[in-house]
Order: sequence, then structure tokens, then C-alpha cells
Amino acid sequence: MNDGLYYLAGALPATPDPTQEQPPWETTEVVGKALPRIDAYERVSGTAEFPSDVALPGMLYGAIVRCPHAHARVLGVDTRNAEKMPGVWAVACDSTPGADLPWHFAGDEPIARLFDPHCRYAGEAVAAVAAETPYQAWDAVRAIAVDYEVLPFVVDENEALAPGAPEVRDGGNRAGEPQVYERGDLSQGFAEADVVLEEHYHTACVIHTPLESHGCVARWDGNQLTLWESSQGVYAVQSRLARAFDLPLSHVRVIGHYVGGGFGSKLATGKFSPIAALLARKTGRPVRLFLTREETFLCMGNRPANFMRLKAGVKKDGTLTALEFEGLGSGGAYSGSGTGILDWQIRDLYRCPNVRTECHNVYIHAGEQRPMRAPGHPQGSWALEQMLDALAEKIGIDPVELRLQNLTAVSQGRGDIPYTSTGFKECLERGAEEFGWTRAKSRSAGKGPIVRGVGMAGCLWIAGAGGPPSTVIVKYFVDGSVNLNMGASDLGTGTKTVMAMVVAEELGVDLDRIQIEHADTGTTQFATPSGGSKTVPTESPAVRAAAIDCRDQLLAMAAEQLEVPASELTLKAGEVISTKNPEVQIAVGDVEAFQRARIVVGIGYRGPNPEDKAICPFGAQFCEVEVNTRTGEVRVVRFLGAHDSGRVMNRKTFDNQVYGGITMGIGFATTERRVLDRNQTGKMVNDNWHDYKIPTAMDIPAEIVSVPIDPGDIECNTTGAKGVGEPVTIPTAAAIANAVYHATGVRVTETPINPTRLLEGLQAKKQGRS
Amino acid sequence: MAKNRENKDGDSIESSGLSRRDFLTTAGIGTLGMAAAGRGPAAEARPGAEVVPPAELVRIALRVNGHTYRLLVEPRWSLLYVLREHLGLSGAKAGCERGECGACTVLIDERPRYACMTLAVEAEGTEITTVEGLLDGEELGAVQQAFMEHDGFQCGYCTPGQVMAVEGLLRAHSEPDLDTIRRGLSGNLCRCGAYPNIFRAARRADELKRAQGGGS
Repeated sequence: MNDGLYYLAGALPATPDPTQEQPPWETTEVVGKALPRIDAYERVSGTAEFPSDVALPGMLYGAIVRCPHAHARVLGVDTRNAEKMPGVWAVACDSTPGADLPWHFAGDEPIARLFDPHCRYAGEAVAAVAAETPYQAWDAVRAIAVDYEVLPFVVDENEALAPGAPEVRDGGNRAGEPQVYERGDLSQGFAEADVVLEEHYHTACVIHTPLESHGCVARWDGNQLTLWESSQGVYAVQSRLARAFDLPLSHVRVIGHYVGGGFGSKLATGKFSPIAALLARKTGRPVRLFLTREETFLCMGNRPANFMRLKAGVKKDGTLTALEFEGLGSGGAYSGSGTGILDWQIRDLYRCPNVRTECHNVYIHAGEQRPMRAPGHPQGSWALEQMLDALAEKIGIDPVELRLQNLTAVSQGRGDIPYTSTGFKECLERGAEEFGWTRAKSRSAGKGPIVRGVGMAGCLWIAGAGGPPSTVIVKYFVDGSVNLNMGASDLGTGTKTVMAMVVAEELGVDLDRIQIEHADTGTTQFATPSGGSKTVPTESPAVRAAAIDCRDQLLAMAAEQLEVPASELTLKAGEVISTKNPEVQIAVGDVEAFQRARIVVGIGYRGPNPEDKAICPFGAQFCEVEVNTRTGEVRVVRFLGAHDSGRVMNRKTFDNQVYGGITMGIGFATTERRVLDRNQTGKMVNDNWHDYKIPTAMDIPAEIVSVPIDPGDIECNTTGAKGVGEPVTIPTAAAIANAVYHATGVRVTETPINPTRLLEGLQAKKQGRS
Repeated sequence: MAKNRENKDGDSIESSGLSRRDFLTTAGIGTLGMAAAGRGPAAEARPGAEVVPPAELVRIALRVNGHTYRLLVEPRWSLLYVLREHLGLSGAKAGCERGECGACTVLIDERPRYACMTLAVEAEGTEITTVEGLLDGEELGAVQQAFMEHDGFQCGYCTPGQVMAVEGLLRAHSEPDLDTIRRGLSGNLCRCGAYPNIFRAARRADELKRAQGGGS
């Protein structure tokens, strides 16, 4: 099981094996340094052109009419008034010629249309307009009269399984058979245990909410379609649109140079893209269609809520003997994946011979899930890592020690194949040391009303290996400057900067002489979407191969001129030098064949991952919290993240990912949840940033420390990097919950740990009910 | 209703005639104007509120980054819409268009404001500075430079707003402590979570500004 299989349907594409020799770097001159980003100027000056900034001559603005009911059938759409309004150029609905495109799919079978009259959640697209200003477009949206037959709904995962529940899809609300995983003998494992604990956990549904909303600008030139799209993967959008409009792939150009955040919500193609394309074709003018903030809350994905039960057995010496896990979740009305890789850490993180997991998926009348930063993992971690904390207390050993007692060098979930590297032990040990864990853990919480506590949690991320396909082209100009051409998106993680650093490392070129062309299906090479923490491990070896290809071609040219074998030449700071006789050297620009060619073009491919090995990033996080026992407020005082993501490619962007993952985890733990009105309307009641609270500058600790752990992995790929974007948010919430328990003695098993919930717990504890 | 506020040194800062209450009144007109389009004219007009037909264009002059622009605008158009779609200044971003995220932050008479919650007509007579206005030709301003040095962003979409919030903060406060910086940035969301680096950038920008002689 790898991230490629997880994110792509069908056979994984492949690229040829690279022919360039890429021995592991022993020392690096550029890679690993804390360097400012090569596109920092554009991002801080306001000159970066995000897709939502694209303004074309004659451009119209699109807006979408959305179903206000959780479950309804559209009986009629009256667009006559809207069509007559000033500035309105086009109105489209299900009956519009060309608009009846198949959209949601079960396998290859379409199960709904673009403007399907059967609306299965509040927020489904019913009609759309294009007008000269966004104000006129919204006037027209309000003027469209839709006649709905309102139907019974169910938005609660457990109620959806009850007999007689309204059906979300034909054939009932169960999305497939329960997924069961088993190894060893569970009952024997529990029999061997000295202590067995069982607990129920719940994590709320949370929403990605990147700052740039989802949308695109669409323009037709005859039968060629160009989209400027805020996307994590331009090639994914290209293939989807080509299929929808029956166009050759070559006639769909998707450009996504800048993306205002994604976190997984921009991996899939949204309905807005074909809608914008439809409106643009109908009007003969370019159309910009970006969703409102409220719309992004309803229909651009979420991390599903999960209901979990975990039973665990441990011996007095700290040996885990059995883990039994059950999970329930919903991917909404269209996705059957409400528990995707929810149980992975239970299967894989700690050594345990007897494990059984069972995951149930249901449909509800709510917006579709999309992978969100380490899908399934923060939820599973919330259960597993709180359970380990409780077990440690019960048998009287330190929580860090309990984890160290159950380390493994093999991926048990994959049938005991070894990891190429695991720095988990060092993450736990170095993290604990630099945090001052032992001392902090032994301090008393204090008398109150403000009490303090510390907590920690470990993690691994199932993916983060990367892999084929990737093709990268490096153009090396005669003046020693470079153009790097790759298809991958840079979501703000620093992809472009890291890739430029790899080129600089191999060719000895200054970063400010490298220009990057990327994320454009018209001009760059095929790439899989940027997700799964796989962009750096996927692309950086291909970039390295392409740079080496340039170098080797140049050395061959110089060898001919210098009349020495190419094998004894090296490239250093713009000079080709003989390793045998340093007197034999020549400036790159003086190589005659290079002068004549003006350019050397290098091609790099991503080679395969090692067979029968697992490649995973690991991590451990430690935190300190203050709890006000009178108000139930939790303040996170400090955080430390020790992460093994292989080689650190750029210390600045690496640390920034750690800060970001922890910040998102603080939101998951303490404030964020989608609230659906389960009784009256089934609608989301907090579809905005006022009512749905994400962390602000006031909510994060003054001190967040990043401790990179590099296990020196020379097997995972030719740059030694594993993914970092996702593991950094996996253990955060559980670490906070463990710290809250340490401070108060209250075990909060449901997210978010808000004042109401915590005060209830404190009250129950006072009355001896917990 | 405009009240002058004081900074920590006790100096009075002109609040540009835009008090929160004035602002709410004008925002209310905008909301009514939009509602009216859907429900027919004169719907639910509150006493004292002037209902302006949405499509009627008004002639205004805006001072943006030191230049005067003469424009015809609908009264309901936000300053953000006019900056981005009519003046080509796309630095200020549309994150929520409901005054929650701060991606559209610009300075109005030296103070950070949400351009999405400001009508273009009410910005007339003020001095507006956008992120583009901090550039000197192609040279970055002090705050922009500091954000670059300290990686005070990831995706960069909230960044123009964060930069302008820091610019406004530093124009009012020299040598701000962490708490002051946090408060100055509390109206600007960063979902990527680059806050620790944004705080560092704010401190660095303060150093750079003071080294340049306190000017902006």
C-alpha cells in the first residue's frame, strides 16, 4: 500500500529508470541550508499571480445557485427573470444543452450529473450564471426561482445505520462491507495482558479552508480550453475536463503556478471547473468562477468525523499484547471513504502481534470528504496515543518509555517488511531531552485555578515515500544559468525552492540564476498531484537526475576539447576541472561545443522505490498546556516537534511545515468542528470563519521548536528525503489531550477540547463520576 | 462619530473619520442594497437608511498609493473589488469577503482596514496604501524584506494582508513586544500556520525600519 495507490485510480503510470548515476550525497553545499524561497519576492510583494488574480479582457464572473436543503428533488428551475437582468450573459442548469455532464462516479459508472435534480446535501449545484460583475452574477443567482420537493434527510452517522433511516443512495446507507484487518490471535493477546483498557473516542468533522478559495478562470479558443486553476495537480484537472468535454488531452491546458493553500482539498477536480468552462463556451468570453467562503465550507471537502473504540492489552513490563479497533465514519453523500486509513497507526506504529481493526463507512446527506492533511491519521492518533498514555499510567511507567518499549523496525501492517529507515526512537529520545520532558512531567500541576501539564504523542505517516512517475527537464544555458521545467505544484510548501537547491547542488549554479517553469500542462511534464507528502521525495530525485544529465553532457563536450576522458572531469563553480591534474581546467562558457549548442538539455526520471521495503516518515511531539479550571479554557504554552522526514532539504521551509502542522493540530484539538443541524434542517450552521474557528495569532504558543531527525536514509530515494507536510499534524491533538489530562486528571475523548466539554469533565471528576 | 485613538506613547492617531459605528451603518446600506435586488425595491428599509439603486453609477476619486484614480462605481462595490478588478491591484486578496480573514487588509489613512468591508464610495477622501504601495520601484519595502528573510508565509495568499497589518502596526508602534504583535495580527488568518515566522518578520521589520530612520 503506498500513497500512489491511495491517491490515483487505476494503474500507476511509470517513467523509465534513470540512467544517470546518483550516489548518495556525503556532504552538501546547498541542500539542507536555511535559504529564503526563490519565489519569496513574488509572494511578499503582491506580484504573484494566483489563479483568482487572473483577469482577462472581456472576462465575466460566474456564480452558482446551490440547494438550500439537505435532501431535495428539483422540480423546476425558472431562469427567465435572471436572463433579463442587466449584465447577465448566460444561465445554465440541468436542462441547458451541453450541461448534462456525468459527474460523480462509482468506479467508472456515472452516478450523478453536474446539475443533478436529486440534491443529496445542502450546497449541491443546481444552476449557474455568468455576468459582467460578480455583483450582477449574485443578483441573478437570487433571481433564479427553484422549485424543490424537500425530502427526509439524515446527517448523523449512527442514525444513518438505524432501520428506516432516509436513504442517501439507492441500496442503503452502508458504503460497502466493513473493512476488516487481522493478525495474530486477539483473545490470546488479551489473555497475556496484565492490564486491559477500553475506551470510546470521537473526533469532529473539520474543514480544510485554505485562504484562497476553490475556483478557476476558463477560456476557450475554438475547441481548445485553457484553465487557470487553484489546484494541487494540474494534470488531474486536465484529464477530468478532457473527459467531461470529450476533448483531446492536448487541447486542455491547465495552469496553476500559485496555489493559495490546499491541504488536500484541491487534489480532486471540483464542479466549478466544468461549470466555468460551460459558461465560457456559451458566452464566448472567459469566465472567472471562484467559490465564496461559505461554499467552500459546504462542498470542497472535509476530514470526516470518526467514532472509534479501542481496546488495548499491555504487560506490566510495557509490552503491548493486543489492539482491537473499531471505527465508523462517513465520506458524505458521494464518497464511501469515511474511514480511509483511519486504523493505519494502530496496525503499524507499535510492535504488537495481535491486532484486529474493523472500519464501517456510511453515507449521510452532507458534503463529500476530500483527503485532508494525513487523512485518517490524526483521528486514529487521537485514540491510539491517548490509550497509550492511559496504559502507561496504569502500569506506572513513563509514556515515552512505554513507546520506546514497543518500537519496531518492520512495517507490520504490510506483512513485516522492513522500513528503509526509522528515526522514531531518536524522535522520542531527542524530543524528550530537548523538551525537558522528565522534569516537566514530574512537576505538579499546581493548585489552580490555572493548572499546568505536559503531554506527548508519536506518529508515522503511511505515505511520504513518493515514487514514479516523474519527468523533469533542466535547461542549462551557455552563460551558466538554468531553467527548470517540472509539472508539480508548489502549494506553499517550498517545492520550487527545494528543487532549485537540488539543481544548484549538482551544477554549482547560484539560486538566483535558476528560473522555474512548473504546473502547466501546456509546457511542463506530467506530474501526479502534490499531496501525500510525496512531492519532494517524488520530484527531487528526478530533478537531480536531470541536473546530472546536463553535467554529464557538458563534461563529455569538455573532455573532447581537453583530450582527457570525461570520467576524470568534474564540474565546480562554473569550471570543468580534471581530478587527476587540477591544471587541466576550462570555464564552462569556454567549452566550444557548448558555445555552439547554446544550451544543454537534461532529462531526469524518477526511479522506482526499493522492492519489499516500506518508506515512512516518523515523529514525536511534546507540549505544555495551561488549563483554567474555572473557565475550562486551554492555553497551549509551548510545543516541540521532533520529526524524521529523512534529509532536511531546506531548514527554513522544513521548520515552517512543522509550525504549520502543529498550528493546524491545535485547531483540530481545541476549536474546530463542522456543526450540522441534525434535527431541523440538516444544514451546516457554521459555514464561515467567524463561527468555525481556526487558530489565529493569539492561539498558538510563543515557542514552537522544530527538531529534525535525519536517519541518513540512502535507500528511500537518491536524495534521502521523506515527506514532511502531513506527519507534522498527526500527533498534535493527542499530545494536547494528554497534556490536559496531566494538568487536570480529566480525559477528554471527544474533539474539540472546548471549555464546555472540559468544565463538564472537571465537574464530573469533582463529583467522583469519572 | 469619529474618535481619535491613542497609541501607547499617548500620541493621537487620526482614525480617518471611519469609526466602527459609521462603518456598520454604511455596511448595512450595502447589505440592504443587495437584498433589495432579490426581493424587489424598497424591501425592509430601516428608518434613516438611504436605499441606493444598485446599478446607479457614482463618480468618485480614490487616492491609492499616491495616485489619484477617477472612477465610476456602483455604491455597493467594495473597495477590494475596485482595487482588484478595476485598478489592477491584485495584491489585496479576497479570502472571505465578510471581514473574517484579513487577506484584503490595506492601510486607510495609515490604519489597517479590511478592504472587503469598506465600500469604495466611503474610501473617497482617504489615503489608501496597498501592498504594491510598499514597493519602491522593484525594491521591497522593509516589512516585505523581513517577511522574505524569515519565511513569514507558506502559500503566500494571506501574506499581502499580513504585511499590511504589520506595516500599520509599525507605523503606530515602534519596538512592539510579542503581545502587541499578536494583537496587531489577530485579524489576519494564516491557515498554513506560519505565525511564528510572521512574528519574527514583524520584529525584523521593526529593526529595519528603525535602521532606516523610522520612516516607512
